[in-house]
Amino acid sequence: MFRDKFAGDSQNPEQDAELGEALRDFRLSVHAWSDAAFSHPRTVVAAVAPTHVWRLAAGWALGCFLVAGGVSAGFWQHHQRQVEIRLAAVRVAEQQRLVALRQAQQARQEDEDLLAKVDSDVSREIPAAMEPLAQLMVEDTNP
Amino acid sequence: MAACTALEPMTMARPEENAAEQFSAVVATHRPQIFRFLLASTRDVDLAETLTQDCFLKAHRNWRSFRGESSAMTWLMRIAINLQKDHWRNRRLQFWRHTQNNAVALDEASNWLPSGERSVEQQLLARERVAQVSKAVERLSERQRTIFLLRYVEEDELSEIARATGLSVGTVKAHLSRAVAKVRAELGGKR
Repeated sequence: MFRDKFAGDSQNPEQDAELGEALRDFRLSVHAWSDAAFSHPRTVVAAVAPTHVWRLAAGWALGCFLVAGGVSAGFWQHHQRQVEIRLAAVRVAEQQRLVALRQAQQARQEDEDLLAKVDSDVSREIPAAMEPLAQLMVEDTNP
Repeated sequence: MAACTALEPMTMARPEENAAEQFSAVVATHRPQIFRFLLASTRDVDLAETLTQDCFLKAHRNWRSFRGESSAMTWLMRIAINLQKDHWRNRRLQFWRHTQNNAVALDEASNWLPSGERSVEQQLLARERVAQVSKAVERLSERQRTIFLLRYVEEDELSEIARATGLSVGTVKAHLSRAVAKVRAELGGKR
């Protein structure tokens, strides 16, 4: 086939024969190479799998991190609120205790004042009916 | 085009329920040929496999619009040529064009040359010639290379090449003539 094709193209028939032979061999080698490569089994899964797995793992890790972070934040906020409530209750109880103490002190003071007043009033004022006796007592003490 | 006569021309007047079966038959028949052309063009097995998949994916999407005006092989080859062009034009992949990590060395393709009934000396000589042709083909322009491979690897007729590339037969002849001259020069220069 190739010898016929190049017979008219060149002045040198020997060169055309050689070219024809070379082209025939080139065609045969390409066909043989293609047949071998075409029938060679291929695996196409491995190239894609690692990326997919890594993406999946990263997605799960990120999701777990976000969920754990959200739950932790919720717990922490709840705990803080409980502590604040407890502190407020302690503060209120302390204030109530101080108020009660102050009221008790005030009441005690009032009682003491009242008793002192009664005592002084009783000791200084002598009823008129008792005046002669009081004179006697004064005389007895001052002979 | 020797291997593409079994199903052609495709009769698209068949009912729709047969479309999937028709396409499966087209894939089974033409996939090796499309892969071979892309492998010869790119010299990269993985890339050729990827582009072949893309080619049939694109063909599947447009299968209903295929009216059978040309042969299925010519239609598929046109898709493959366009995909190959798009691939090299894609700037993101330009890097691979220069490095071509998966591409075989020029003389490696010649290792697949069947020994036939040749002597060892003849085999070595034939391998050397194939390596020279490979080197010359690599230096061709994209269009010349495509036409050269369709003609001398796929053994397509000039009219089929013209339909697949969207060029006139005269333009195909001109490109082919220049490509052959370069290959001849490569072979002649090494002697």
